[in-house]
Amino acid sequence: MMNFFRVWPPEASEHAVRVDQLFLAFSALIFALSWPVFILLAVFAIRYRRGRNADRSHAPSHGIWVETGWTIIPFLLTLAFFVYSSWLYFQTGQPPASALTVEVVAKQWMWKFEHPGGQREIDELHVPAGQPVKLVMTSQDVIHSLFLPALRLKQDVLPGRYTSLWFKALVPGTYALRCTQFCGFDHAVMGGRFVVMRPEDYARWLQQAGTDGSLAQQGFQLFRKLGCSGCHGADSTHRAPKLEGIYGAPVPLDGGRVVVADDQYLRDSILYPAKDVAAGYAPIMPTFAGQVSESDLVRLVAYLKSIGGQPQEASR
Amino acid sequence: MTAVPVLQTPEERASYINAGHSLRSWFLTTDHKRIAILYLVSITFFFFVAASAAALIRLDLLTPQGDILTNEGYNRAFTLHGVMMVWFFLIPSIPATFGNFLIPLMIGARDVAFPRLNLLSWYIYLIGGFFTLFALLIGGVDTGWTFYTPYSTMFATGAVLWVIAGITIVGFSSILTGLNFIVTIHKLRAPGMTWGRLPIFCWSHYATSLILVLATPVLAITLILLAAERLFRLGIFDPSIGGDPLLFQHLFWFYSHPAVYIMILPAMGVVTELVTAGAHRRIFGYWFVACASIAIAAIGFLVWGHHMFVSGQSMYASAVFSFLSLAVAVPSAVKVYNWTATLYKGELALDPPLLFAMAFIGLFTFGGLSGLMLALVAIDVHVHDTYFVVAHFHYIMVGGAVSGFLGAVHFWWPKITGRMYSLTWGRISAGLIFFGFNLTFFPQYLLGYLGMPRRYHVYPPQFQTLNVLSSAGASILAVAYLLPLVYLVYSLRNGAPAGPNPWGASGLEWKTASPPPKHNFDVIPVVDGPAYEYPQPAAAPHG
Repeated sequence: MMNFFRVWPPEASEHAVRVDQLFLAFSALIFALSWPVFILLAVFAIRYRRGRNADRSHAPSHGIWVETGWTIIPFLLTLAFFVYSSWLYFQTGQPPASALTVEVVAKQWMWKFEHPGGQREIDELHVPAGQPVKLVMTSQDVIHSLFLPALRLKQDVLPGRYTSLWFKALVPGTYALRCTQFCGFDHAVMGGRFVVMRPEDYARWLQQAGTDGSLAQQGFQLFRKLGCSGCHGADSTHRAPKLEGIYGAPVPLDGGRVVVADDQYLRDSILYPAKDVAAGYAPIMPTFAGQVSESDLVRLVAYLKSIGGQPQEASR
Repeated sequence: MTAVPVLQTPEERASYINAGHSLRSWFLTTDHKRIAILYLVSITFFFFVAASAAALIRLDLLTPQGDILTNEGYNRAFTLHGVMMVWFFLIPSIPATFGNFLIPLMIGARDVAFPRLNLLSWYIYLIGGFFTLFALLIGGVDTGWTFYTPYSTMFATGAVLWVIAGITIVGFSSILTGLNFIVTIHKLRAPGMTWGRLPIFCWSHYATSLILVLATPVLAITLILLAAERLFRLGIFDPSIGGDPLLFQHLFWFYSHPAVYIMILPAMGVVTELVTAGAHRRIFGYWFVACASIAIAAIGFLVWGHHMFVSGQSMYASAVFSFLSLAVAVPSAVKVYNWTATLYKGELALDPPLLFAMAFIGLFTFGGLSGLMLALVAIDVHVHDTYFVVAHFHYIMVGGAVSGFLGAVHFWWPKITGRMYSLTWGRISAGLIFFGFNLTFFPQYLLGYLGMPRRYHVYPPQFQTLNVLSSAGASILAVAYLLPLVYLVYSLRNGAPAGPNPWGASGLEWKTASPPPKHNFDVIPVVDGPAYEYPQPAAAPHG
């Protein structure tokens, strides 16, 4: 069985290839820096063994140049790798605007993925090959961590906060998906499959998966059901800020601060309305903490995004 | 083996061991040498407790489905292993035993600066140790030794509060020991023992003590905040009640990364003594090696964020921590190169102490270099929280700190007990440890890069081969760690009397009797030369 003794994990993206190249090149540097030590230990142990005749005259006890050399040269060599590694890392923080957004909610001990069209899946993530995908993640309880070894990527998933991860998988196939932040009893089985599909297969999969409408449509249902539209709706009186076009726009707050209405701000405003009150409005909105799940919040925010006017890359 | 056991030598009759025979004379002693023995016995006990948990873990991981322990049992076993090893073995190991025994001897003093605080520190350690152990065994805790929030505050069941109380208690013992060493080294050096003549062992313990005194209070504060949230639901770390879970990680690693240097710096000091005595050479680049210890202690406070590259901290912060983590490796590398250069043109006695020192250099170098890989963010994102990290820190803590500890045992045993042990058995155990260690932990680097996360009770079958190799290595390691216990204890009665200086080593501790008299020196020595003064090797036969 080929899988029985694998020595190298599969590479499903360009980033994975680059990380492996960095890893191997840095390994070479490490061997170059450490082999002299290992070889000299062995050579000295034999040549200068006590009682053995050897030239021991003029044994040095210090040497400023040799000290300076082995202090500075290895450090400068590692710095070259530092620059490349940091560049590679910053790439993973800048998703292209065209990225397909998949919402991720983690909880003890399962992963829930929600595609923009409203398709939901548990412990499995299907994505199209060749297209940038951005995961926007939050946790319902403790800290988890989404690990996609085939992409060499990992990101902690925190309660009460959105973190994100983006990638462009290139090689269709089925890969591992695991949790790497210890999260309790069943931590070791909190994982599943990461499936990269050819775009046409992904489109077919989306159709077969079925949906109760897109995330934004489901969000609109919730928006009405929870009574949000009573105050925030288009035809209501001036008790609450209008939400059309708010996503990604600057919001002036009471006290003069201005924040950008990103996912985090909208989520927090639903749960903790008194935290950052929009300027000119009384803090009369009731809290929805405890009434809406993280998944519902994702839908509400998706709806607000859909009425957000021009799409804008929100800073998180 | 025809030697007739010597019942008691004249030196032993006059030594600190014979200064009193009652239990009271041991449990109420203020002699730094006796306190060191008390520590030696207690940390050895806790080492074997924590090692048994490791043995259980390795047995359980022989099969992918984990046959021996339940989920909960496994989670509790690795928590017990981590907590007991870190706080009750690794941190006190070399400082509380050999630091205690040797610092006054090495600087020509009769005791540490505060002998009674020294005894108090042992009692606090012992109380904290048993308190924590019982809490872990009876209550059970499954958070891992890192206690990440909000899992530890709001979700974990079990005796979390009791365990962190025990850890907070033992912290005071660390602080007292650190304080004692700092004052001792400043105030009690013999006439002529200038800072430039101080053995490197004392320099590295000085650096260690600075960390103990400065970092340990932060741990206490962090654990008290954790307790406040768990007990009173004060929103400090849990976001559902207004806290910030990353705050805990910042506070925890602000202590726990320097704590790694608390574990490794004393071992580096030991290795310097072992290398110079084993080669009969002065340390190459005394000031570089001495200052490297201080540099490690200082920069070590600025690298905690490399534990948080995937936590959601700012990307810019990650880049800065990455840079600083590469920088902190520089003084360690300086030490490794200087030890190697010290062996050049030396007269190497391949006795157990030097063999352990060489094992330390090899394993520490390998562990340190894999640490450089982890300092590169792009690589760390992939291997973070996998077995790669597990392998890395075991190379440093087991390959490094434990080898250093055993090297110290084999080097100063004749000084402490007055008896020689079997050098052959010592060489065998050094070899076995080196082999068993690599077989245990090298496969874990591969497992980690392949993507096996740490703290997994069950795992995909494709990882089994490497796990079986690792467990096989662990069984060799278990034998290798029990072996010294046998021949060292045997030597207490049957070993040949060692004489004051069996290794022909320099250093004040070798100028007094073995075992040393109660007050160390009959006359306080006057120091008139640098550390590590060995006679110049004879010129080569041809000129």
